[in-house]
Amino acid sequence: MITELGYGTLAITFFLALYGIGAAIWGVQKRKPEWVESARNAMLLTFPLLTISCASMIYLLVNGNYEVEYVSSVTSNSMPLYLRITALWGGQAGSLLFWSWLMSAFASAVTLRNWQRDREFLPWVIVVSLVTLGFFLGLTLFVENPFDRLWLLPNGIAVKSFFAREGAIPFYQSDGKGLNPLLRHPGMIVHPPMLYLGFVSFVIPFAFAIAALITNRTDDRWIQITRRWSLVAWLFLSLGLILGARWAYDVLGWGGYWGWDPVEIAAFMPWLTGTAFLHSVMIQEKRGMLKHWNMILIILTYNLVIFGTFLTRSGVLSSVHSFAQSAIGPLFFVYIGASSALSLGLLLHRWQDLKTDLHMTSVLSREALFLLNNLLFMGILVICFWGVIFPLLSEIITGQKVTVGPPFYERATAPLFAALLLLMGIAPLAAWRHSTLQTLGKAVWKPTLVSLLAPLTAVLLGVRNLAALIGFWLAAFVACVTLYEYGRAAIARSRTHGESLPLAFWNLVGRNRRRYGGYIIHLGVVLMAIGILGIELFQKETQATLARGEELRLGPYTMRFESLAVFDTADGRNVARAVVSVYKNGRFVGELYPRRDYYYESQQPMTIPGVRSTMEDDFYVLLVDWQPISSAGATFKVYQNPLVNWLWLGGFVFILGTLIAAWPESEKSPAIARAKRQAPLGAEAS
Amino acid sequence: MGTQSDLRWLLLIGIFLSIGLWGGAGTALAQTPDPRQITDDQVNAIAKHLYCPVCENVPLDVCGTQACEQWRQLIRQKLAEGWSEAQIRQYFVEQYGDRVLATPPPRGINWLAYLVPPVAILLGAWILVRAFRGRKHPPSPSTLPQSEHLPPEVVKQIEQELRER
Repeated sequence: MITELGYGTLAITFFLALYGIGAAIWGVQKRKPEWVESARNAMLLTFPLLTISCASMIYLLVNGNYEVEYVSSVTSNSMPLYLRITALWGGQAGSLLFWSWLMSAFASAVTLRNWQRDREFLPWVIVVSLVTLGFFLGLTLFVENPFDRLWLLPNGIAVKSFFAREGAIPFYQSDGKGLNPLLRHPGMIVHPPMLYLGFVSFVIPFAFAIAALITNRTDDRWIQITRRWSLVAWLFLSLGLILGARWAYDVLGWGGYWGWDPVEIAAFMPWLTGTAFLHSVMIQEKRGMLKHWNMILIILTYNLVIFGTFLTRSGVLSSVHSFAQSAIGPLFFVYIGASSALSLGLLLHRWQDLKTDLHMTSVLSREALFLLNNLLFMGILVICFWGVIFPLLSEIITGQKVTVGPPFYERATAPLFAALLLLMGIAPLAAWRHSTLQTLGKAVWKPTLVSLLAPLTAVLLGVRNLAALIGFWLAAFVACVTLYEYGRAAIARSRTHGESLPLAFWNLVGRNRRRYGGYIIHLGVVLMAIGILGIELFQKETQATLARGEELRLGPYTMRFESLAVFDTADGRNVARAVVSVYKNGRFVGELYPRRDYYYESQQPMTIPGVRSTMEDDFYVLLVDWQPISSAGATFKVYQNPLVNWLWLGGFVFILGTLIAAWPESEKSPAIARAKRQAPLGAEAS
Repeated sequence: MGTQSDLRWLLLIGIFLSIGLWGGAGTALAQTPDPRQITDDQVNAIAKHLYCPVCENVPLDVCGTQACEQWRQLIRQKLAEGWSEAQIRQYFVEQYGDRVLATPPPRGINWLAYLVPPVAILLGAWILVRAFRGRKHPPSPSTLPQSEHLPPEVVKQIEQELRER
């Protein structure tokens, strides 16, 4: 019954989406606003309907209805309640349903805004949102249906299908396979929803951009409306990426946080274009330029969101064969191809209308530096995209697979990231419209001088790695410029308003959240850069097999193997847990418990490190192997990860900055806007 | 006498030969590769740059599968036999193809992997340079759009609000 309810509401929502698309177009064509209003109601209704569908799925997962194929593939009797709920996004079919539900939430939310000023956008925003939602619902309904049940054919073969097959009987199982152990980590429970929220919320700015193109509204209105949507989307995407990195560090057992895996890159690519977009729209708002470029960026971001969703779960890019065998692979590519062609075609159609007479007035102006920042982001995007698809191309052309691994990405992107850091330091000091070498030099020399202390200190501490010294200088440079900007503005405000310095600082951020929130994001990036430099350039590792009481040394650390216990747990794991004592410079600093969990149901092992964490470094111990009978000897892999916690601290500051930038403004609208509203300026001038 | 002397010589030669053979055998025994002398770090230093031929995108030094454990043992064995890192890498390429390498070897179509990104970035830079070439000097106040000439009371309000910021 619940299965039918879930499937039924899913099917109704799909047809409702189709109706909404039709009604919106019909309403525009025939100039019948009631049809557009009906389409709006249809879009509003998608959310409650899909909520019922998702709730049905969660009910099936929680109650262990293993006759449903998806339930049996991602849950088992031994799984706790919270994991059974989060199993909704633990597999491909469930993920697509969950994605659709989030999309419907955003689509419904957008219908509730005040459309009085932008009525002409409404039908097209509905069409774009519902086409996207409809595509995912179609996939869920016809290709990857999470409500499919298992049936036993007369020949004894079990098949999955929602409707009963002829002669088949329902196949009831007493237990399921259980969730992939790698997905049972708190980071992985929160990471996919964050990433998906980022993905779906970028659909809204895209929908407005397309609406602006169709209605030929060549002004900045679509950017003004979607400014906060874009920031919220970017916030979730950033949070998803950071949580994913933390999950990799805690769970994957290789001492790192980012492996340049295609799935990671798939989530990173829309973030790159989204970041470029957030910077680039400022140029359009301030100078009225780059209208074409902003359209291209949001079109790219939308298509990369779809591409990312597709890659995250399907794994179809692993080989040509898996792509060909995947039912959803070709459909996704057709959709991405069609949406790119249509949206870029529309942009070309409006190309002349979007042209402005405005030009760059100075190569050192802030808009010019922002444009350079865009080029660098696009450069990193090209490297990422090419790295992801090249193995597939190579296999198609030569029949031989190749690996494009971390060394490729690291070597190619490192100079671009360094250049981005440099720009992050210079751009906030450059003026809009016009900036000269002299004015910029005057603004930049003080922070530059102070920032040189960082590499000098590093040299005094014994660092001789040139890349590290350059990196530390760049990080210090951005930090100094940002703090200098804060300090200068806060002191000026404190003087003019007679406020204390902390109050002046607080009001400064409160009055211009976007700008100063952005600067906090920059500070977050600086902290993250320090962490990345630390772990990438100074990580040390060693591996050895130890008998009980034997020691292993790495840098200032000594680790002694104390004991090892192997036992079964109630949730279906066989756990091998070692106890090691850790000494730093001869002083006991604590015990660690690295372990290896073996999940009987899925027959998968999982390596959980024992970590001693400080701001200076992490001492990260992995239990690689052990003697099963005597428990006398065990092999450990040990890492010293310098400064890695700066990465997580930076992530926190980064998110805090984004929250500040995206927080709704409570202050009254500026005088110029009020004046414009009271009497149009053009009318006054004439 | 002569025969006895000959026999003595033969005996001596036989003894020396035996000693030589034993010694040689001893030397040969001493050179038998002992993988236990190879440390895990030596193995991982090579395995780190090789990719698991079975699992996707997992370096051999951290891959937990049984197959990868055997491949690591193979690296240990080869190191014990005196193979260099390059020879071991070549061995894996011959056995499992180019995919075991962390990056595509720069030959044939693989050059595209290295050439396309810089060409695309240079193209972008060229477009950017063209945009800058089309730049103009900042407009003088008289050429500003009419809409920016605001009534004095609005200008006063704007200035007031700017001061408040």
